Amino acid sequence: MQSQATYNYKVVRQFAVMTVIWGIVGMLVGVIVASQLVWPELNVLEWLSYGRLRPLHTNAVIFAFGGCALFATSYYSVQRTCHTPLFAPGLAAFTFWGWQLIIVLAAVTLPLGMTTGKEYAELEWPIDILITLVWVSYAIVFFGTLMTRKTPHIYVANWFFGGFILTVAVLHLVNSAEIPVTLFKSYSAYAGVQDAMVQWWYGHNAVGFFLTAGFLGMMYYFVPKQAGRPVYSYRLSVVHFWALVFTYMWAGPHHLHYTALPDWTQSLGMLFSLILLAPSWGGMINGIMTLSGAWHKLRDDPILKFMITSLSFYGMSTFEGPMMSIKTVNALSHYTDWTVGHVHSGALGWVAMIAIGCTYYILPRVFGRTEMYSIKLINVHFWVATLGTVLYIAAMWIAGVMQGLMWRATNPDGTLTYSFVESVKATYPFWTIRIVGGLLFLVGMIIMAYNMFKTIGQGKAVDAPVLAPAAAH
Amino acid sequence: MDINDLRSLFTVLTFICFVGIVWWAFSSRRKQAYEEAAQLPLDDDPPAPIGGDGAGHANN
Repeated sequence: MQSQATYNYKVVRQFAVMTVIWGIVGMLVGVIVASQLVWPELNVLEWLSYGRLRPLHTNAVIFAFGGCALFATSYYSVQRTCHTPLFAPGLAAFTFWGWQLIIVLAAVTLPLGMTTGKEYAELEWPIDILITLVWVSYAIVFFGTLMTRKTPHIYVANWFFGGFILTVAVLHLVNSAEIPVTLFKSYSAYAGVQDAMVQWWYGHNAVGFFLTAGFLGMMYYFVPKQAGRPVYSYRLSVVHFWALVFTYMWAGPHHLHYTALPDWTQSLGMLFSLILLAPSWGGMINGIMTLSGAWHKLRDDPILKFMITSLSFYGMSTFEGPMMSIKTVNALSHYTDWTVGHVHSGALGWVAMIAIGCTYYILPRVFGRTEMYSIKLINVHFWVATLGTVLYIAAMWIAGVMQGLMWRATNPDGTLTYSFVESVKATYPFWTIRIVGGLLFLVGMIIMAYNMFKTIGQGKAVDAPVLAPAAAH
Repeated sequence: MDINDLRSLFTVLTFICFVGIVWWAFSSRRKQAYEEAAQLPLDDDPPAPIGGDGAGHANN
């Protein structure tokens, strides 16, 4: 081993383990805020009140759990498909420790009430600068690895990861343009409706690139790996990439229907959201059809179950999303729990499940084992997580449509039929079901952590030797 | 010609660019390159033992 170069698995191991840890933390905070809605008495301290914990939940699950999963999977697959160790290993280590520091800073500042008030970009300006430093390092490591590759082609998964890294850099820089007033407080560089549009251009592309393009990168590497067959259509994957990149950028205005945003901008956002259905479903079909001719593998491989189920949820939520962007539908769904249900069908069903599947794939390989400690427990995790997701989204769908109908109901004389608080009261049963769904998903993550620590206990940290590229075809 | 004409022009050029990419992606010249590229994730492990489930058991 001494004489042979090895892949840099250390940083992959670190990020993979932290994916599971932050998953538990982020989802636990989610269960707490869900409980606070049902039992307002749980808002005991201002630092732990709903308004402070809710952004902590979203930041923890998106950037801590999802972010660590993205780092782990992109670092793992880029080295292996390029047949070269990570470029600038020192910087790679910096991305790990820097990212963990950012997460800890978020966990301290958000409960203290330090926030820019921009959704999914709440962190204050000193942390924004740190994010920029880590992200530029990530880009150097990733693109440097691509540039030192030993293969002629750049595999499509790396295109998706690269697109995600580049776009998130641009989004972060533009949306976080702010004027510091003190060390802990800044104000946006934009004002009024422009600020809202920049924010949701950022917000929707955070969904489109952080939570979609990056995770599609996972799909294009790990689904073929786990299925043992190449992607269904490589040609389709190329069109998928460019179609997604060209359309996602324009969809943001659908977050601002019926606001001060000009009507034409709203309609444009709606139109591009509808067009998005095509690349989304093209990609989903490409992922699922990779299993064509090997469907039997789904029967006894719970990792593959996670991956294929995640793609089904991806298909579902990318159908639902364009529908909700239609202005007349949005008139009913906006500001209701339907939106929350939609987000979680994507976040739990798609993002979390594909990340969990890929982490189960990576963990034994970077700890010198052939498989996880218990395949049975992966299966249990799969069913608990699926049941939790279905309970969660079904409850939120019903709650959301009910709220929308109650809010728009009028009496013959034109007065509102229901007061707002009546709709809150009617939602309680569904919020309770939502807690059960979220709790099940959290239990699944705890089962995963147990399985992970058992696997680590039996294995030892290993770095696989760098493999020469396959002979030219 | 005001700035909005330029904006419209940019949109049209972007669309033409996208159509060009699709045409390029579907041209038969790309077939072999795609077939090679599609094998990349599967070629990054030493050959798995016969009867393996394809999950790459021998990559450590």
